[in-house]
Amino acid sequence: MRQISYAEAIRECIREEIKKDSNVFMLGEDVGLYGGAFGVSAGLASELGEEKIMDTPITEPAIVGVAIGASLLAMRPIVEMMFSDFNMLALDQIANQAAKIRYMFGGKARVPIVIRTAGGAGIGMAAQHSQSIEALLLHIPGLKVVMPSTPYDAKGLLTSSIKDDNPVIFFEHKLLYQVKGDVPRQLYKIPLGAGDIKRKGKDVTVVATSFMVQKTLKVADKLAGEGISVEVIDPRTIKPLDIDLIINSIKKTNKAVLVEESCYTGGFTCFLSAEIMRYAFDFLDEPVLRVTGLDCPIPYEHNLENAVIPDEARIEAGIKEVLGLIK
Amino acid sequence: MDRHNKELLLGLLETMIKIRTFEGAVEKNFTLGHIYGTAHLAIGQEAVAAGAVGALKPNDLITSTHRGHGHCIAKGADLNLMMAEIFGRETGYCRGRGGSMHIADISGGNLGANGIVGGSSGIAAGAALAAKKLKTGQIVLCFFGDGAINQGIWHESVNMASIWGLPVIFLCENNQYGMGMKISRATNLAKLSDRAKGYNIKGATIDGNDALKVYDSVAELAEQVRSGQGPVLLECITYRIKGHSLRDAQKYRPEGEARKWLLQSCPIERFKKYLLAQGKLNDQEVAEIEKRVSDKIDEAVSFALSSPFPDTSKVTEGIYA
Repeated sequence: MRQISYAEAIRECIREEIKKDSNVFMLGEDVGLYGGAFGVSAGLASELGEEKIMDTPITEPAIVGVAIGASLLAMRPIVEMMFSDFNMLALDQIANQAAKIRYMFGGKARVPIVIRTAGGAGIGMAAQHSQSIEALLLHIPGLKVVMPSTPYDAKGLLTSSIKDDNPVIFFEHKLLYQVKGDVPRQLYKIPLGAGDIKRKGKDVTVVATSFMVQKTLKVADKLAGEGISVEVIDPRTIKPLDIDLIINSIKKTNKAVLVEESCYTGGFTCFLSAEIMRYAFDFLDEPVLRVTGLDCPIPYEHNLENAVIPDEARIEAGIKEVLGLIK
Repeated sequence: MDRHNKELLLGLLETMIKIRTFEGAVEKNFTLGHIYGTAHLAIGQEAVAAGAVGALKPNDLITSTHRGHGHCIAKGADLNLMMAEIFGRETGYCRGRGGSMHIADISGGNLGANGIVGGSSGIAAGAALAAKKLKTGQIVLCFFGDGAINQGIWHESVNMASIWGLPVIFLCENNQYGMGMKISRATNLAKLSDRAKGYNIKGATIDGNDALKVYDSVAELAEQVRSGQGPVLLECITYRIKGHSLRDAQKYRPEGEARKWLLQSCPIERFKKYLLAQGKLNDQEVAEIEKRVSDKIDEAVSFALSSPFPDTSKVTEGIYA
């Protein structure tokens, strides 16, 4: 199959959705003439017009506010929030407005917006441009939270996100943009709430999100050479969450390692480990083990940065610990 | 040219009396223990809602505030559904999930009251963007209070509307207090409409307790905005006769200030007096309007009181579409 990058897969989806549905448009900081800070929308403004790919001032709350207002008139805006950290500026609009409007209006309104946003560390952008804040948004009822880890998933999940009638936070990862993979030319949907087994295995279940899926797959490859069979599960959307897929895997392997880039305290995997305890306690041979970022802002210098986020060695050590191979 | 025919004038008066009477009933029923949470009353500010919304076309849109009953009523909301919502009943606009601060009627053009001060300015700009893109011919009237004018989202939204030439009337209902803070302590401006200069849009300040002045100003601005001349900022000076909410001891303002405003500048009395003097209204008609309104409000209260409370087993309904 044709291979394209994660960024190209997202661009292709945006282009096709805008062409197909006159209610879809994108807005954000430097998404037009500049082509997006990570080049995701490169060329789209000249191809589709600046009415469809709208440059906004640097004004995050108003960007989200405007998207919400347009969605109330049945449009389907896609916001590009350049860095996931910038969602903090717009948190009132995201959490108090977009997420709440439907419920507080008695289930009578729809807010079909997608906020695409680049999360994660790994390119030396330091503390205010590198965070993984999905757990903050996971906590807010009314939002859906999507975290694709491959080009194929990115395109299919974005298609579903645009068509979804709820506000969707779509976390892209800076280190994934150039990753290539098989992507069909036509549009296709991956349902929100359907996880994926990225690698089949029998000895241990590793649940990972976003770029951590890629790292975990490398570790699984390596461990296969040592005779260890790792099952790698990517939930793909952490809200809604395909808990059955994860529980069924753990019932088979009896061991669980959870890997995420965000901080140790209050991350998505805290919630996930409680769910595993609830639904698979009797199947666990070992306590669930979490491999996460440190409770530390993302530092600038390369080695410091690597020290904060989980690397392959830490993921491998976590797996071996659960398997009783190291203490 | 008589742009103010009798039907229009009496309609404005009736809307104002409706707002006043509705708010009175809310206050009374709170005291009686029928209202669980809180509400923010627009008593004294009726001319702004009635005049401004009265000057719109029926399919134009509004965004409202936490003090939104008046806007909602002026937009033609069903009083039964409003009252039921404030009483927390299943039959209310939001099935008891929203309460006073979140009454919305999207299909009726009311994009919602908002519990966050300034929170709806971006939504208003976005609705206007959609109206422009979809070429619906609608304009958006964005109500906000003096308290919202120092919020970041307000500035950002006005700027956005200005650079994109969006059809929005940003209407500042300056009722002099942001909760307990007098506006003169919150900004250094004599006129809040001077903020328009910073965005190169038209700004004006008017007497917001003069219903006809509000109507005429909004009608004129609506025409400009609709013709594609971009957003405007209209400041309407009014006064909040009641406290911030139903739970406010009002220690921050001089005793007698509210009474003085009510005696000297009650928007309803002023308008009545004007109409009577012009010979466009007689006492008989006033009595008829008051009776009609009072019956409607009584009916709304009865409807609310006799409506069922929401089923708690369905509390999570309506989070996701």
